[in-house]
Amino acid sequence: MLLQVKNLSSSFFLDEGELKAVDDVSFDVRGSETVALVGESGCGKTIVALSLIQLLAPPGRIKSGQILYDNRDLLKMTPEQLRKIRGREIGMIYQDPGATLNPVYTIGSQIAEVLVLHRAFTKLEAEREAVYLLGEMGIPEPEKRAKSYPFELSGGMQQRALIAIAAGPRPRLLIADEPTTALDLTVQAEILDLLGYLKDQYQMATLLISHDIAMVADVADRVMVMYAGRLVEVARTRDLFEDPRHPYGEALIGAMPRLGDGPDRALTVIPGKVPDLLDLPPGCTFHPRCTLADEECTVQPPPMREIPYARECACYKMEHP
Amino acid sequence: MLAYTIKRLLISIPMVLGIVTITFVMIRVAPGDPLDMYLEPQRQRQVDPEVIELLRQKYGLDQPLHIQYIRWISNVARGDFGESFRSRRPVGRMLAEAIPYTLQLTILATLFDAFFGIMLGIIAAVKQYTALDKVVTMGSLVVYAVPSFWLALMMVMVFSVNLGWFPTSQTRSMDYEFLSFWGKMGDRLWHLALPVFVMGIGSAAGTARYVRNRLLDVLNADFVWAARARGFKERVVIVRHALRNALIPVITMYGMNLPYLLGGATVIETIFAWPGMGNMAVGGVGGRDYPVIMATTLMAAVLTVLGNLLADVTYAVVDPRVTYGGRRKDG
Amino acid sequence: MADHPPRLPPELRDLEGSGDDGMAPDFEILEAKRIVNKAWLPGMGHMSLNKRSRGFHLLAYFLLVASIVSWRWDLVIGGFSTPAVDRWVASLFLFGSLVGTVLFSRWDAQRLIRRRGESVSKGKSPMRIAWRRFRGNALAVGSLYVIAIFYLVAVLAPILAPFDPAAIDDVMSTRYLPPSLNHLFGTDEYGRDLFSRAVYGARVSLSVGLLAMVIAKTVGTAYGSVAAYFGGVVDAVLMRFLDVFIAFPTFYLMLMMVGVFEANIMVLVLILGFTAWPGTARFIRGEILSLKEQAFTEAARAIGLPNRTIILKHLIPSALSPVLVSAALSVAAMIGAEAGLSYLGLGIRPPTPSWGNMVSGGSDTLFVAWWVALFPGGLLALTLISFSLLADGLRDALDPKALMQKYV
Repeated sequence: MLLQVKNLSSSFFLDEGELKAVDDVSFDVRGSETVALVGESGCGKTIVALSLIQLLAPPGRIKSGQILYDNRDLLKMTPEQLRKIRGREIGMIYQDPGATLNPVYTIGSQIAEVLVLHRAFTKLEAEREAVYLLGEMGIPEPEKRAKSYPFELSGGMQQRALIAIAAGPRPRLLIADEPTTALDLTVQAEILDLLGYLKDQYQMATLLISHDIAMVADVADRVMVMYAGRLVEVARTRDLFEDPRHPYGEALIGAMPRLGDGPDRALTVIPGKVPDLLDLPPGCTFHPRCTLADEECTVQPPPMREIPYARECACYKMEHP
Repeated sequence: MLAYTIKRLLISIPMVLGIVTITFVMIRVAPGDPLDMYLEPQRQRQVDPEVIELLRQKYGLDQPLHIQYIRWISNVARGDFGESFRSRRPVGRMLAEAIPYTLQLTILATLFDAFFGIMLGIIAAVKQYTALDKVVTMGSLVVYAVPSFWLALMMVMVFSVNLGWFPTSQTRSMDYEFLSFWGKMGDRLWHLALPVFVMGIGSAAGTARYVRNRLLDVLNADFVWAARARGFKERVVIVRHALRNALIPVITMYGMNLPYLLGGATVIETIFAWPGMGNMAVGGVGGRDYPVIMATTLMAAVLTVLGNLLADVTYAVVDPRVTYGGRRKDG
Repeated sequence: MADHPPRLPPELRDLEGSGDDGMAPDFEILEAKRIVNKAWLPGMGHMSLNKRSRGFHLLAYFLLVASIVSWRWDLVIGGFSTPAVDRWVASLFLFGSLVGTVLFSRWDAQRLIRRRGESVSKGKSPMRIAWRRFRGNALAVGSLYVIAIFYLVAVLAPILAPFDPAAIDDVMSTRYLPPSLNHLFGTDEYGRDLFSRAVYGARVSLSVGLLAMVIAKTVGTAYGSVAAYFGGVVDAVLMRFLDVFIAFPTFYLMLMMVGVFEANIMVLVLILGFTAWPGTARFIRGEILSLKEQAFTEAARAIGLPNRTIILKHLIPSALSPVLVSAALSVAAMIGAEAGLSYLGLGIRPPTPSWGNMVSGGSDTLFVAWWVALFPGGLLALTLISFSLLADGLRDALDPKALMQKYV
């Protein structure tokens, strides 16, 4: 098991109170597997990612839990040890490539600097390798692009350059936080293809974070559905799409247009709105929007339970939907 | 790069022309005849009308306005600003003597400012929320707010009058001529110390606040967090990734601050009897010495334009985005 | 919460018309009346209503004014029978304050009681949040007190000053007296009381700063809005002129104007105001141009609102924070500039006292009489620091980023 997250909770401690962005979340990522973490924006997906590499900005803090990477707990590591994990073992790419590249350095030098840091290359070797990596990421004229500044590249090219930076040190886990959200539709597909290619080529596991459940359907091996800071359902992608067990997972899939839909199939709309993380409803956080909810759901949050076919679901009502 | 410099230089030309024009207009809108001003020092005596007529011709005041305007421009272009009403010396030569003194003061003060201001700003930002940060932030606010002339007086009171460490004014000692070369340099620096300190500390306070805020912004920028996520040491993240981006706009700030620095120099020069342009301007205003007022104002504006030009070109050197297209707002 | 007045039911909200139905007057109404009666002494009503801060301020201000009136009774009464406008204004201001605080206190207490019945949403409106944040900033609040007290002193100068600021007595025996109980700040080279001069100097310095700021902001706003509103050639020409104008160091420009025009106080105010407007002009222009671009402007235009209404209605809220902050900084800059000019002997001329020329008067005698330059300069510094802190506090409190905190 490459990564095991156990009972992770992260909160923001604000003047108004504690904002539980991640509440008691547990999941695994196996080597060279693509796992998708999906949920509406503001549900805490990004905070999960930032907690994994422990780069939450104050007033955010990891409250409790374990993050086992290769059976070593990242939360117990010294800052020095952690830095050897960041970038080297766990790479990260972000939603807004334009803001994530340093505007005043060339693309090539930004790739080269991580290679010098993590793969002990000399500067010259690193620069050569940077050009090679850019080529491998499908950037035309890599020699020329290596000398370009970020603002001279399109959004898609910037994201490829960032993937080159992340993939350069050959990490075993890549966290991709909404990697395609800021890009055009055609470019989105190309970036997803690239991620798939890297997974095969480098045996790299990917944690793909997205609000777009339709997008992850094609690339993810497994899908984890998150709602208001908690995981509600985990399943293999196919199983989830064919037979969602949690009412929220069901609603998400019902809200998704699919090829082959007849003109009569109405897209379902999830009633109500995403709860305020500062003021969560008691019990199951989804109950105010849930059609199946009753008394039972308003008292205790339902525990995550294992169900057949290696699935997990947190709902009291899953036996009788 | 060169093309950009030339472009910026060309933009400056109409600016300077505008400055020359505004000063000309100022002379014309002034209540009363410039000749009255000229004759003011001798007002006690009755002046012969023929003499006035001769003077009028001498200064070209009998010509129509547009001729006067063209003459003014061509005179200024030749560095001829007329002759001081007071000292009867050519104002151009007075300026040539005064400007080096002002530059000495402003350049040294800017260096002082850049060194201490940037350093303190970085320290405060990196140690945000610590006592050190609070001290720097509050201290710089207080120093920045206190009027420089009062600060200068208090410095003189403490360091010159009470402690006797530094001279109260002037640029050199009485025995300057008898000193060795190094002795002369030392003597000059000794006299520069207090004025440079007072001028520098005021603007360093502003710089520290600015650098702190810029750096705090940049330290929260996505690309800085991304650098942290790549496993760089915090020191590398700050020095290599944050600092350069945070300091680029400081160059523009220096360009923009130049007018304030020159304005501040007037007061400091007067207090320390420093024979620079500011002192000259204050003396000119006090004595209603027209040519001196106009020439110093004009020169101050031209120096500002040159300073901004320098700042813009430096900016283009350090920020790759400028020469390729328009300048972006943030670093 | 024990002394909380009970809530009035809505049908009994009219305090005066109680007990009409023949029943015994409701306990709640009696309680409300008791509070309103307490409010005869300003602030006491508020204290019972749990509005301690407002109550304390009302009471403190009332007592302060009352003690000044009783301390300087002759002067205050005499103020009404002199031809000197400033004394008349000061006396009127004092009596107005006395009556005003009482009336306001009662009116406000009644209003608060009436409001008790309604469900007041302890709003999350941006202004309320900003105000709460501002109150939490001790330095900013402290500066506001300093500024308020200084302006109060300036208005009441003729009543508060213990001596005539221009009176010269027997120079040889009264000159350069060090600070004492009689002369708090000592005396200057002519034996004039420096405390009285500082009090009158506050008047000049503070009013010049305020007026010049208002002029600068008005001119700048007009210039910037004209440029943005007309756009095109007008904008281009106005902006080129602005560029040239900005190239002139402001202080040099002031010096030049002072040299060209005879400077009395009014002219000085105009000079300061008319040299300091370009920053505002540029800001307002930028703000209007960006407003023109934004979506809600499009929407407003689509439903047929004229450009002018849109700009006025949306500009004011969105520009409020930077305008307030820059106004505070601008007052400080203007006061500083006036002091600088006066220090150089080119602004306010003696014998009219201004903090700047008072420092100037003491600068030659630092050896013999340090107090001459120290006190007026210190007051000046305190004022400028207060305005800076106030601006800082306003900026933090009104920071739109902080008002809409978003983390996830």
